[in-house]
Amino acid sequence: MEGKVWKFGNDIDTDVILPGRYLIYNDEENLSKHCMEGLDEDFDKKAQKGDIIVGGTNFGCGSSREHAPMAIKGLGISAVVAESFARIFYRNACNIGVPLVEAPGISKKVSEGEKINIDLEKGIIKIASGEEIEFKKLPPFMLNILNNGGLIPWIKNNPDL
Amino acid sequence: MSMTMSEKILARASGKDKVEAGEIVMANINIAMVHDLTGPLAVKGFKEIGTEKVWDKEKIVVPFDHQVPADSIDSANNHILMRKFVKEQNITNFYDVNQGVCHQVLPELGHVRPGEVIVGADSHTCTYGALGTFATGIGSTDMAMVFATGKLWFKVPETIRYEINGDLKENTSAKDVILNIIGTVGADGSTYKACEFVGQTISDFDMSDRMVLSNMAIEMGGKVGLCEADKKTDEYLKGRTDKPYKGFISDKDANYETIEFDVSDLEPQLACPHNVDNVKPVSEVSKPVDQVFLGSCTNGRIEDMRDAAKILKGNKVADGTRMLVIPASKEVYSKCLDEGLIKIFVDAGALVTNPCCGPCLGGHVGLIGPDEVSLSTSNRNFKGRQGSPEGEVYLSSAKVAAASAIKGEISLPE
Repeated sequence: MEGKVWKFGNDIDTDVILPGRYLIYNDEENLSKHCMEGLDEDFDKKAQKGDIIVGGTNFGCGSSREHAPMAIKGLGISAVVAESFARIFYRNACNIGVPLVEAPGISKKVSEGEKINIDLEKGIIKIASGEEIEFKKLPPFMLNILNNGGLIPWIKNNPDL
Repeated sequence: MSMTMSEKILARASGKDKVEAGEIVMANINIAMVHDLTGPLAVKGFKEIGTEKVWDKEKIVVPFDHQVPADSIDSANNHILMRKFVKEQNITNFYDVNQGVCHQVLPELGHVRPGEVIVGADSHTCTYGALGTFATGIGSTDMAMVFATGKLWFKVPETIRYEINGDLKENTSAKDVILNIIGTVGADGSTYKACEFVGQTISDFDMSDRMVLSNMAIEMGGKVGLCEADKKTDEYLKGRTDKPYKGFISDKDANYETIEFDVSDLEPQLACPHNVDNVKPVSEVSKPVDQVFLGSCTNGRIEDMRDAAKILKGNKVADGTRMLVIPASKEVYSKCLDEGLIKIFVDAGALVTNPCCGPCLGGHVGLIGPDEVSLSTSNRNFKGRQGSPEGEVYLSSAKVAAASAIKGEISLPE
């Protein structure tokens, strides 16, 4: 996948990704209108389908609200790359089929607006300068969930649980 | 065969003799909790899976607390959806708008027992670790799987033991201890780790104090925040549950990291905007406050109400400052009434509301506007957490909150 980068800092919490007052919505379309509203009110208008979010450390910390990765998915963001992720967000994103890439050092190497290319199978990010950054692929168990399209399709494909 | 407390609980829950950190296990869940805001998505996911009946109608607990009573047609609709699901599935443990905050209600009403595994679609589910329960927050899709199967996969976490010793000074409390720990290790200082709180200070703490620590384990990234079950745990559980339980403790030679804290000289602490790990001693901060919020799953218990009432008695909330008091549950509210605390709050000029999450998550009552400052006894001060992203949220203990309400600025209790 290839997309334009939107950069965010460290400790991006789920309250700025999707403020609490919008938790009344349960669909990606309504949630996506408020994606990143805590930091940029117009993010939903600026972001294009296929764009990639690049964050610092501890991306997605805070609440367990699945509404946060749903808002990101609803905007059509193709992947979130960060130095590191908070635990619940990491699971939630994987469960709804949003690819997350943990790539320490990434935020110093890419600039906002540049195009990067992510190869999930090979575990490589190619940045605008041509440099290739290797990242640790998802653990096989989680990759399997993601390849099934998320947790619910995975459950349906594993009826013997 | 040495194991940590988490490894022992997860081994038992997954039917194994031994598990170790890093391993992925499929664990049987003892209790699953969803509330009015995360429930609807879990129900949606459950319906997508297509299983007709939930795995166990007695093991699902549904409290309404985030938007109670409903403050909009959308939240009323979420309530209607959840009531319908509860009825359809014949779910035994349903608490409508009058019971209180989930993390207070579940332990109070006997749904939390040592040695068990609890998942909740709320990140502060780690609160139940205070009773020696492996309890963690999950998302709604994970919860849909639990509803359908009664199981969930876990990566067995590594353990950090926070060993805390020393007697607290009079105006210092459990909240100051946990803010100090988070300020020291950082917002990602325990990411994916099981945090254990041990040591003399913790043994001396009552259940309310232990819940404050466990509640905020997530604020340093922790998966669970565990205290060892002991006599105080048994006393707390007496009359609340009649089901047998067995607590676990980590073996001395198990694999864990230890971080020591001496809290004898600890001063009251404050988390400053906009991160919970931006912690300073209260004495170093001077700031007028527009709103003081006493309540939440962190500090809305009877002990917090007593701490605040002791300071507020005979005093007035400062002009230009408003104070919101929200007892965390019906039980806490009722005790406040019995002890005359509500009268003290009302006489001081505070506003007392029904048990609910209140302004903690910025989605219901008591939101702050641009450039307003909130001092809150809750657990998060992220940008926009309590309303406007241009507002500021500080976090403190109930004692500091009460003293600050009287002065109209962030102040130490005298």
